[in-house]
Amino acid sequence: MSELRYTANTQLEQLHARYTGTGHADTTKYEWMTHQHRDTLASIAGHPPLLAYLAIADGECQARSKFEVIEKMLQPCGKPPGKTD
Amino acid sequence: MHLLNLTLSPPTSITTAVVGSFSGAKGQEILAVRGGTKLEILKLNTGTGLLDTICTTEAFGTVRNVAGFRLAGMTKDYILLSSDAGRLSIIEFVVTPTPHFESLYQEVYGKSGSRRIVPGQFLAVDPKGRSCMYGAIEKAKLVYVLNRNAEGKLFPSSPLEAHKNHTLVVDMIGVDQGYDNPMYAALEMDYTEADEDSSGDAKDRTQKFLTFYELDLGLNHVVRKWSEPTDRRANKLVQVPGGQNAQSERFEGPSGVLICCEDHIIWRHMDAEPHRIPIPRRRNPLAQRGESSRGNIIVSAVMHKIRGDFFFLLQNEDGDLFKVTIEHEGEDVRALRIKYFDTVPVAQSLCVLKSGYLFVASEFGDQQLYQFQSLGDDGDEQEWSSSDYPQNGDSDAPLPYAFFNPRPIQNLALVDTLPSLDPITDAKVVNLLGHNSDTPQIYATCGRGPRSTFRTLKHGLDVSPVVASPLPGVPNAVWTVKLTEDDEFDSYIVLSFPNGTLVLSIGQTIEEVNDTGFLSSGPTLAVQQLGNSGLLQVHPYGLRHIRAADRVDEWSVPPGCSIVSATTNKRQVVIALSTAELVYFELDPEGSLSEYQDKKELPGNATCLSIAEVPEGRRRTPYLAVGCDNQTVHIISLEPENTLETLSLQALTAPPSSICLAEIFDTSIDKNRATLFLNIGLTNGVLLRTVVDPVDGTLSDTRLRFAGAKPPRLVRATVHGAPAVLAFSTRTWIVYTHQDLLQTQPLIYDQLEFAWSFSASMCPEGLIGISGNTLRIFTIPKLGEKLKQDTTPLSYTPRKFVSHPYAPIFYIVEADHRTYGPKTIERILGEKEASGSRVDRTILDLPPTEFGRPRAGPGHWASCLRILDPVANDTISTFEMDEDEAALCATIAYFPQGNGEPFLVVGTAKQMVVTPKSSQGGFLRVYAIKNQGRELELLHKTKTDDVPLCLAGFQGFLLAGIGKSLRLYEMGKKALLRKCENTGFPTAVATINVIGARIIVGDMQESTFYCVYRSIPTRQLLIFADDSQPRWLTCVTNVDYDTVACADKFGNVFVNRVEQRVSETVDEDPTGAGILHDKGFLMGAANKTDLIAHYNVGSIITSLTKVPLAEGGRDVLVYTTISGAVGALIPFVSMDDVDFMSTLEMHMRAQNISPIGRDHLAYRGYYAPIKSVIDGDLCEAFNTLPYPKQQGIASDLDKSVGDVLKKLEQMRTSSAF
Repeated sequence: MSELRYTANTQLEQLHARYTGTGHADTTKYEWMTHQHRDTLASIAGHPPLLAYLAIADGECQARSKFEVIEKMLQPCGKPPGKTD
Repeated sequence: MHLLNLTLSPPTSITTAVVGSFSGAKGQEILAVRGGTKLEILKLNTGTGLLDTICTTEAFGTVRNVAGFRLAGMTKDYILLSSDAGRLSIIEFVVTPTPHFESLYQEVYGKSGSRRIVPGQFLAVDPKGRSCMYGAIEKAKLVYVLNRNAEGKLFPSSPLEAHKNHTLVVDMIGVDQGYDNPMYAALEMDYTEADEDSSGDAKDRTQKFLTFYELDLGLNHVVRKWSEPTDRRANKLVQVPGGQNAQSERFEGPSGVLICCEDHIIWRHMDAEPHRIPIPRRRNPLAQRGESSRGNIIVSAVMHKIRGDFFFLLQNEDGDLFKVTIEHEGEDVRALRIKYFDTVPVAQSLCVLKSGYLFVASEFGDQQLYQFQSLGDDGDEQEWSSSDYPQNGDSDAPLPYAFFNPRPIQNLALVDTLPSLDPITDAKVVNLLGHNSDTPQIYATCGRGPRSTFRTLKHGLDVSPVVASPLPGVPNAVWTVKLTEDDEFDSYIVLSFPNGTLVLSIGQTIEEVNDTGFLSSGPTLAVQQLGNSGLLQVHPYGLRHIRAADRVDEWSVPPGCSIVSATTNKRQVVIALSTAELVYFELDPEGSLSEYQDKKELPGNATCLSIAEVPEGRRRTPYLAVGCDNQTVHIISLEPENTLETLSLQALTAPPSSICLAEIFDTSIDKNRATLFLNIGLTNGVLLRTVVDPVDGTLSDTRLRFAGAKPPRLVRATVHGAPAVLAFSTRTWIVYTHQDLLQTQPLIYDQLEFAWSFSASMCPEGLIGISGNTLRIFTIPKLGEKLKQDTTPLSYTPRKFVSHPYAPIFYIVEADHRTYGPKTIERILGEKEASGSRVDRTILDLPPTEFGRPRAGPGHWASCLRILDPVANDTISTFEMDEDEAALCATIAYFPQGNGEPFLVVGTAKQMVVTPKSSQGGFLRVYAIKNQGRELELLHKTKTDDVPLCLAGFQGFLLAGIGKSLRLYEMGKKALLRKCENTGFPTAVATINVIGARIIVGDMQESTFYCVYRSIPTRQLLIFADDSQPRWLTCVTNVDYDTVACADKFGNVFVNRVEQRVSETVDEDPTGAGILHDKGFLMGAANKTDLIAHYNVGSIITSLTKVPLAEGGRDVLVYTTISGAVGALIPFVSMDDVDFMSTLEMHMRAQNISPIGRDHLAYRGYYAPIKSVIDGDLCEAFNTLPYPKQQGIASDLDKSVGDVLKKLEQMRTSSAF
């Protein structure tokens, strides 16, 4: 992941490898957003009442909601922005 | 302010359930996780065919997954849990002495909380019980080897990691390889490339992999053995039996996994050709040309082995069950077959019991138990086989659609239903029964889709009446009596009237008899079957001992006095004379009653007497209880060495009206034998319960409860084979033991004067009672239920409901997403028929409660407004909304045009889509209310630019929360007229509460805003205070003028208060100029509310009501949750209580009673630290601690164990139930 590049050879490297989602000075808005969304979606799938709430609002069964939530974690915030150097 | 949280009715939704023999005894149990927080063991009662709850325990944390496993050579399944505690937990279900869970092992592996990379989301166990795998949604997988140490105790190894970065896991299971190395399968997706590629192609190219992980038991490490791409929309894995049978060397199955994808099921294994079959689907008569229908997924699955063979039951989103079978030769699969089985409600988990039952843990609403009638082997249901397709169906293109016709169940038969409240979408707590009820009822809208219901919950036990027959007069007592000791059923009913006694004989019919030997010319005080075959009648002037039809022994009172009270059991009789004397009789060896030589003088006139039943194997009960009119109760010995000697005495606050000694089992007092309880009814309506010491007759541990406005009469009775005490006041109370704990509950029945046990062939376990001048025979079908439910079906998911301001009428708004309304269905069918296509309506004619409604795309809604009479439990009428218009909120508002008559305003949304949020605006519909609320007339519809989520009547106007704005509307002739608005709300206005001139607005994400309305100089809605924290509100209620109680989406409940100084300044500012010119603080309003209490309930709260629950009790906050629980937050009155309860809570936390090892303080402070709320449920778990621990805690509190228990009970009963 891109954040690993910036932190190579620092003591944070291990931390970043171990705890997915840890930010650093050069985290882009997109990266941060993506992590936030993935955390949130994982939390919805992991808390039965939240999943039930979502399923009721959306008129789906809970298994479908859970599946769609996990699928959405692949790219929760749309396409990544292009490289700007 | 300090609050005590108490659960009144535990959650009912089942998030996951597994079957296993957890007790180690014969038969299987079902372990169900209720609401994610409660573990419950259900067992099928083979006698009744119903599911009984054996044991429940609160986890104090979120249980995410459960699995049973069995170590080699054991006969008992242990329970493996994954939870938000970040631990591997292994617990055991122990049956003796009382059923409970014992924690065997807690191993910390990660942070607490349900997080993305902390394992716990998935739990897979090796079928042979040798190891298990914990998986997270992303990256982390841990494998534990389940060993036994030298003593044979379970001893998991340290975890082995099988992590892979940037990998999402969709599902994970254990693969059955027999006794080969344990293997696990996971569905994985790698997002590395998708994150890097800005064109978005990589995301579309991302494949889903089926990956096998093997645990090498010899080398003790995990390898990623095999990984192959599979269907991109795979969502679920199912274990397929495998491995060789140790004796016959026959393969149990082909091993591998079933991959459930959208529309397809694939069998796969390493190095084997896959087999693929379609998931059959229903024909959709409403499908329109050009409309692409979404695929169907499998939501739950169960594999069952039967006589060396196996089959799968898979359930799709519509609830259709499919039977899947695999034809195999050794390890080679020949064909994968699927056929339609039956349709049952959509389940979270399916459990097949070996005795031939299917338990459907339905995701919303009641849970069902079905019995298999057949396995669907015969019959002409079409079957699809992978061998019918080229390459066994294995290709990239979808297989041709397979269609089936759903039909009523054939292979299953419904045997039991567990009533379930979840999800409660809205509730009101109010007394609509007027003088017929002392306490309010809970009215809740429950369920989802076509299975939605409206339920009335009343506190008390349900009674099922058998017979009600009129009597010639009003009797004051009734007894039933057997003829001999060994009779199975009662033979006579004896009724005592003020001027006579009536004897009825029980046979084919119940009829009057005159030759029984009973004296019928006067009233009767007591009737008893005495000795082997004698009958006893106590009347005011003597005793009649009827030893045979022609032999009657009589004993008469001394002249000038009479008997005022009597008590009897099989061998003993005690009577109190009007001269304040007691006479004691006992059965002698010849079977005749002999009088004790002395009479006992009492200090005052006896008003009531009681002796217990003769204990098993004894000649007599040792104690007599006497209530005297000088406000005392005496315990008097009946033992031969000190007969009629007073042993102890208790002073009362009022004269006793009735008294009853009974031996009832209660483990919180004595774990081994029944406790002798003395129940005393006082003339002021209070019911006392005291424990009588079995050794010296001293009285201790007095509990007190207000029974009703009438002096209670007490009777000992047998209910469900166990002793119980009935108390008759304005309500009838029953004291009985349930799950080894003493319970006191009211009966929901007409007011009874008296009742007695009744046993006859037609009704072996009933009660016979008197209500006015009718004789009632009734039974109590189910003990332990705290709330009685009455159910009315609804059409769609109920969203909100409002009550008529004074008539007992509710208006319910219901809306279902992805569904067509009846008008739309007619339109589509009409169009299709007009265009010449043939339309098959059979699916539309199936009952939607069982088969659901045809699925529509997003943005399609079916919705209605319902007028419901909650007292009669009847729908008066319904109004369907227009096409794709969803009714979301409603309120009662008064407008000047109404001349004091209320109007109903309903807010609707047009073509709303939940995610991503979009809509075609909304409408405000105004209805005039007519005929005492029973009729509505639509006056007009006003279009709004965004979705109205909440409405409130306000000073002759209507307040509406429309998107981000709060608007004030005035009533017009053709529409509502917008007068002013405030658009300053951050996300969306979700709630509006009006208290006096103040408006409290709840934002969907940003907590509450305190607003005022000012009309001078111009109309304005001004915000003067807000919250400093973001809160995703679900409901808000006013506690007082300055204080609100709110609940949010994460299960928190909290209380916010605005400073009184601010509150007063604002109210004294007529123009609002002061508010306008106040400088904002922290990018918001000038004033901030203070958080004064905070607590995490563990489930989303959907309604909050401030109401007194107990008769004469204080206001409490009653909440309902999406998991179907009802709870209350009770304010403390004294700081002493706060100190006591918080110290007790601290000690209870130290006991670590959570079976999943979740830290209690962390759980209750899940998102924000707990503040000023004490967890009453944790404190009440004190009941279940072993006695030495109880004693340790009690001594730290400077109290006795009894005092602590008494305090706990009093905290609950004084304000709730």
